[in-house]
Amino acid sequence: MNITRRQMLILLPAAAVAWESILAGTPESSPNYNLSEHWWGMLIDIPKCIGCGNCVRACQAENDVPDGYFRTWIERYHVTDSNLANPEVISPDGGKHGFPVAKEDKGKYFFVPKMCNHCAESPCTQVCPVGATFISPDGVVLVDQKYCLGCAYCVQACPYGSRYIHPQKRVADKCTLCYHRITKGLTTACCEACPTGARQLVDLKNPNDPIHAFLKTHAVQVLKPQMATGAKAFYNELDGSVR
Amino acid sequence: MPNFRDTGHLFRFAGIFVAAVLIFLAIRGWLVPHTFGQYGHYRGAALTEIAAKPVHFAGHQTCETCHSDIAEKKTAGKHVSVNCEACHGPLASHADDPSIQPAKLNTAQLCGQCHEASAAKPKGFPQVETESHANGVACETCHQAHSPAIAAGGAQ
Amino acid sequence: MQGVDGFMYPNEVQLQWSVLIVLYPFVTGLVAGAFILASLVRIFHVEAVRPTYRLAMLTALAFLLVAPLPLQLHLGHPERSYEMYLTPHRTSAMAMFGFIYLWYLMAVLVAEIWLDYRRDIVVMSQSVTGWRRWAYCVMTLGSSNISARALEIDDRVGWLITLIGIPSAFLLHGYVGFIFGSIKANPWWSSPLMPVVFIFSAMVSGIAAVMLLYMLAAGLRRQAIDVRCVDTVARYLLYIFIIDFSLEMLDLVHRIYEADESFRSLDFMIHTKLFFSQIVLQIFAGTLAPIALLGLTQVVKLPDLARKRIYAIAGCLTLIGIFAMRWNVVIGGQLFSKSFLGYTTYKMGLITREGLLMTVLLSLLPLFFLWVLVKLLPPWYEKQDTLTVVG
Repeated sequence: MNITRRQMLILLPAAAVAWESILAGTPESSPNYNLSEHWWGMLIDIPKCIGCGNCVRACQAENDVPDGYFRTWIERYHVTDSNLANPEVISPDGGKHGFPVAKEDKGKYFFVPKMCNHCAESPCTQVCPVGATFISPDGVVLVDQKYCLGCAYCVQACPYGSRYIHPQKRVADKCTLCYHRITKGLTTACCEACPTGARQLVDLKNPNDPIHAFLKTHAVQVLKPQMATGAKAFYNELDGSVR
Repeated sequence: MPNFRDTGHLFRFAGIFVAAVLIFLAIRGWLVPHTFGQYGHYRGAALTEIAAKPVHFAGHQTCETCHSDIAEKKTAGKHVSVNCEACHGPLASHADDPSIQPAKLNTAQLCGQCHEASAAKPKGFPQVETESHANGVACETCHQAHSPAIAAGGAQ
Repeated sequence: MQGVDGFMYPNEVQLQWSVLIVLYPFVTGLVAGAFILASLVRIFHVEAVRPTYRLAMLTALAFLLVAPLPLQLHLGHPERSYEMYLTPHRTSAMAMFGFIYLWYLMAVLVAEIWLDYRRDIVVMSQSVTGWRRWAYCVMTLGSSNISARALEIDDRVGWLITLIGIPSAFLLHGYVGFIFGSIKANPWWSSPLMPVVFIFSAMVSGIAAVMLLYMLAAGLRRQAIDVRCVDTVARYLLYIFIIDFSLEMLDLVHRIYEADESFRSLDFMIHTKLFFSQIVLQIFAGTLAPIALLGLTQVVKLPDLARKRIYAIAGCLTLIGIFAMRWNVVIGGQLFSKSFLGYTTYKMGLITREGLLMTVLLSLLPLFFLWVLVKLLPPWYEKQDTLTVVG
C-alpha cells in the first residue's frame, strides 16, 4: 500500500485531466460527447444474474433514490410446470438486500432485473401534458424536474412500473440511465456495480459496441413486446412467464 | 347603423375575448423558457442540468489509474471482471481526494451476498453454504478477494 | 408489504390518483349532463322541460367552476399548472384540458347564460340599489340595449352557441374518458368505449342532478313542482340510462368473452376489492334499481306524489351509482398490478390534501356557487314574468 505513489499518480497530467473531465463535463461542453452520435440502451443477461442486489444498492447510492421507490429492482421468478401462466414472483424491498435462500425443488428459478426500458416509442413521454418528460436526442427517457407538474399521468402510462412520484420533490422520478455518467464516458452505476456482467450499457449507434454481435447470436427479447413501446432494455434468454 | 346598434353588445363581449387571447399570447411569449424546443418539445437546458449531477461511482478505469497493482493481480483470478466498486462501494470521493480512506470491508458478510448457496442462483455460479463452509471465519482468512482461488496464493 | 396481495411492481404499491381524481370526472360529468338537458329546450324544443332550462345552465356553470380544483389539489406542483397553457404537448390527452375547459366555460356557458339573462341583467341594473347594482352594471358590459330586435338577435346567437355547445359538452367529457381510455398500459382503462360510456353516464348524472335540484328548489321555495316537467325529465333520464347501461354491459360482456391476459386478474378484483363499489353500488343500487324505478313510472299509472318520490329516490341512487362508476374506473384501475400477479389497497386520507374532508368540501362548493348564482341570476320563470311587466 503505497499512498505516496498513488498521490503522485493522480497528479499525473493524463489521469488528472481524465478525472476532471468526468467531474465537470456537460453534454454540450464535454469535448468528446456528441448527442447525435449515441442511441443508448441496456443489455440484461438473465442467466448471469445472481440476485445479489448490488445494482439496486448502487442505483440508490448514485442517484439518491428515496426509500421504498426504485429506479431499478430485481424480481425472482419461481416457475413450475403447473403455473407457467401464474408464476410465483417476489421482490423483497426491490431485491436491495438480496433474496431469501431457495430450497431445491421441481420448479425453476431465475432473477429478472427491471428498470426503465428507455422506450423509443415511450408511452410515458407521449402523455406528459407539458413536455416535462422526453426522449433525449441520444435515446434516454428523462424527466425535467424543474418543469414537471407532478400529475402522475406518466406513471399511469408506463406499462413496466418504472416511474414513481418522488415523495419529497413531488415530481415524476425514474431511471436516467445515469445520464450524468454516460455523457462523461462512464457506464451506469448498476453496470459498474454488477459483479457478473449481467447488465451492460449498450450504444446502438456505436458500430463497435459488442451488442451488435450479441444480438446476432442470442435469443434476445424485450419486456411486454405487445405494448409496442420500442423498449431498449434487451433481455437475453427471457422466460415466457416474465411480466 | 341600426344593425350595429342592436348587435353592439355582442361585439363588446367578443372584444373581451379577443383582448384576453392577446394578453395570453403576450404573457406566453414572455414565460416560456427560452431553451424550450431546442431539441424537441421540452426544455433543452434540462439535458445539461441532468448531465451535470455529481458522480458517486468513480468507475474502475479511474481506480486503475492508481491501483494498477490490484488490477494486475485481478487478471490472474476469477474476479477479473468484477469491478472495484462492486465490492468496495461508491468511492468517487476517494478518487477525488485519496486522503479519504474507504471503510474496511467485512468479508464474512460481503462475500455471502453473491456466494451464499441458493437453488435460485444459476447452477454454474460458485456457491457455498457459508455457515457450514466457514463457520463464521472471515473469507479472506483463506481466499484473497482480488484473486480468490486458494491455489492461486491464498492468504499470508 | 402491507395491503398488498400477491406481487406488485415495487413502484405500484402506492396509488397515484386519489379520490379527488374520482371527483373530477364526476363533476365534469354533471356539467356536461346539465348542459345537454338545457339543450333539449333550446335545440330540440322539448318545451315541457323549459322550467329547468336556466337552472340547468347555472348548475353547469357552478360545477364547471369547481371542476379544475380537484386536479389542482392533486398536482405535486399546482403552481406550475399554467405550463399546460404555455407549452401544451399535442400528443397528450391531458394537455387539452385547459383549453377545452376555457372554451367551454367562456365561449359556451358564460356566453349563453349572459345572452339569456341579458334582459334581466339590464332591468336589474336599473331597478336594484347598492353593490348589486354595480355587479349588474358590470355584467351589462355598458350596453343597456334591450330592444326587441336586440333580444331577437341574442336569442338567435344563443341558439347557435347551444348548437356549438352540444359537441363541446361531448368533447369536454369525452376527452375525460379518453384520458383513461387511451392508456394502453392499463387494461382496465384501455377501451375505445371509455369516452362514449363517460359521455352517456355524464348525461345520466347531469340530468338526475338537475332534476333533484329542481325538485329541491321548488320545495325550498314552497312552489308547486311542475309534474309534467319532471315526468319528461325522468323519461329522458330513463332512455339515456338504458343506453348507458347497455354500453357498460357491452364493455363487460366483451371483456368476459374475450378473456385476454388481464381478465383473470381483473375478474378476481371485481369479486373481491371492487365487489361492493362495482357490483353492489354501481350495477345494482346505482343502475338497475333506478332503471327499474323509472321504468315502473312508465308502465304503471301512479299518483303525482308517488311519482315525485320515486323520481327523488331514483335521482339519488343514480348519482351514487355514477359516483361509484367513476370510483371503480379511477381507483379500480390502480388496484391491480400491471404484472397481473397482485393487488394493492387504496387508503383514503381523512384530513389530508387529497383526503375525504377535502372531497366533501369540494362536493359542497358547487352547491354554494349555485346558491350565489341563483341569488344573482334567479332562474325562476314566474319571477321573470313579473320582470316582463316591470320591463
